Amino acid sequence: MNNTTNTQPAVKIRNLDHHFGHGQLQKQVLTDINLDINVGEIVLMTGPSGSGKTTLLTLVGGLRSAQSGSLQIFGQELYGATSQELTAARRHNGYIFQAHNLHSSLTAFQNVRMGLELHPSYSIAEMETRAIEMLETVGLGDRINYYPDDLSGGQKQRVAIARALVSHPQLVLADEPTAALDSKSGRDVVSLMQTLAKEQGCTILLVTHDDRILDIADRIVDMEDGRLLDK
Amino acid sequence: MIKFLGQLKRRTPLGWLQLNHDRGRLLVAISGIAFADLLMFVQLGFQNSLYDSNTRIDRAMLADIVLASPKALNFQNLSTFSRRRLFQAMDTPGIQTAGALYVNTITWRNPQTRFSAPVQVVGFDPDRPAFNLPEVNQQLNKIKLPDVVLFDRGARGKYTEVIAQLDRGQTVTAEVDRRTLTIAGLFRLGASFGADSSLMTSDQTFLRLFPRRDAASVSLGLIRLKPGYDPQQVAAALQASLPEDVQVRTAQEFIQFEENYWKVASPVGFIFSLGTAMAFVVGVVIVYQVLSTDVNSHLKEYATFKAMGYSNTYLLGVVFEEAIILALLGFIPGTILSFGVYALAAKATALPIYMTVARTIMVFVLTLVMCALSGAIATRKLQSADPADMF
Repeated sequence: MNNTTNTQPAVKIRNLDHHFGHGQLQKQVLTDINLDINVGEIVLMTGPSGSGKTTLLTLVGGLRSAQSGSLQIFGQELYGATSQELTAARRHNGYIFQAHNLHSSLTAFQNVRMGLELHPSYSIAEMETRAIEMLETVGLGDRINYYPDDLSGGQKQRVAIARALVSHPQLVLADEPTAALDSKSGRDVVSLMQTLAKEQGCTILLVTHDDRILDIADRIVDMEDGRLLDK
Repeated sequence: MIKFLGQLKRRTPLGWLQLNHDRGRLLVAISGIAFADLLMFVQLGFQNSLYDSNTRIDRAMLADIVLASPKALNFQNLSTFSRRRLFQAMDTPGIQTAGALYVNTITWRNPQTRFSAPVQVVGFDPDRPAFNLPEVNQQLNKIKLPDVVLFDRGARGKYTEVIAQLDRGQTVTAEVDRRTLTIAGLFRLGASFGADSSLMTSDQTFLRLFPRRDAASVSLGLIRLKPGYDPQQVAAALQASLPEDVQVRTAQEFIQFEENYWKVASPVGFIFSLGTAMAFVVGVVIVYQVLSTDVNSHLKEYATFKAMGYSNTYLLGVVFEEAIILALLGFIPGTILSFGVYALAAKATALPIYMTVARTIMVFVLTLVMCALSGAIATRKLQSADPADMF
């Protein structure tokens, strides 16, 4: 999946517009977005609140349907995709949210395993070893059977990263993953993402307000009033 | 199928883990379902005992074919028809005997408490057993004497001393109108919704108790067939040969007729059906509350799963998994409790209230339907788990 001879970009967006609401209340949130993200690239997206960063992220992740223009993820066109196709497309991505969004009834191990269950190619034994390995990688080898309520904020976010990356997704989408963390844990979390991404060769699109983590980026794009300003 | 089982084995049992994580809520849900099941069991148990107890005397009759007045409603309201029809019936081939049964209800003074109480009196020719009750048939000689009766040991009411005295071999006297009856023995039939207790006696004593009744007007005709004759065919032949002032039924049809009265014509059958339906609705509401609260409190997690690529069907499966687990866990204590309540109710009412396998299966199916229905309503909330709101 980290085949560098493939010149096709991981994400290719052309003339993408997006509106919320209908009729008189219609509001344009994205205007004429053009963006290419190469395979293996870490792209940070910054910009003031309400500038449309999150909307763009949800479109790339297949959580919303594109309304116009073209949006290709690894060559697959998401504009005009059916909801089943969108659901299937989501399985190739890893998501890291501002809140950890771990299931409180599942242990760290079971939460990570949920990230693998979607992929029928893994056997039960494989899922178990991979989930445990992944938790060891994020430094939680001794917390495997802890429930989220018994973990600290940073630990929970590391479990969330393990869940997002355990199936080796080609594209990782993160929305302010450090917002709820103190500076030390925040730094640890992004370094971990960076290391794992480099190891697995995946592409990262990360929305952030946090100036302290800008240095991990290969490229920073700035967004304002629904338009991209390439730096 | 094998593929499906394989997938099931692979799958994290999310529904169970979710339920098990919040033990308090699980306990509330289980007790709610157990309660609904208990209510259903009690209603259905009473309903069944109603049909059972009211047809008990019909089932005990020694008859292949039963003649009754077309005006008859049930065993307590039989009306009468002419005894001549019984003699006429003897002309039809295949008939061995045709006996008369006289039935009426009278108020007697309970020999133990001296309070008035209704009692059902059944009279027949003591030379010819009318019931398949060994205790009655062994004591036919006793009731050949005038004003001697046999008493039902399963009667509802305060009769324990009377029964104890009779068991010791003594006789007890009871007052009916201005006449004194001698209770000479016991048999077991049991109370019904229609009659608290019964007396068996000779036709002669019966007619002395009810001076306005005439020997020529009988309540029921009990016909026995010669071996090798089919009751259906003989009944049809009888109905064709007899005038329309008498209704011919096989014994089985007569039991059906009695049961049908309580099911359809009397309000009681409907009341118990309604009670069962109410219990079912209570169950639906309880399970719905539990499941919808559960879905609501996990909306964020569900939206996350959707964002990860889990389909709506998967999440529907989780809600139904919870519904089925709740149905199973609630059904077990509900059934165990019902055994206890049945025993209590049977003791208090002298009615035949007992658990049957068919009813257990029926309530289990109802519980599953109840939980699945609540699950189906609760899943509507899943639509609001929108992964686009997660970022």
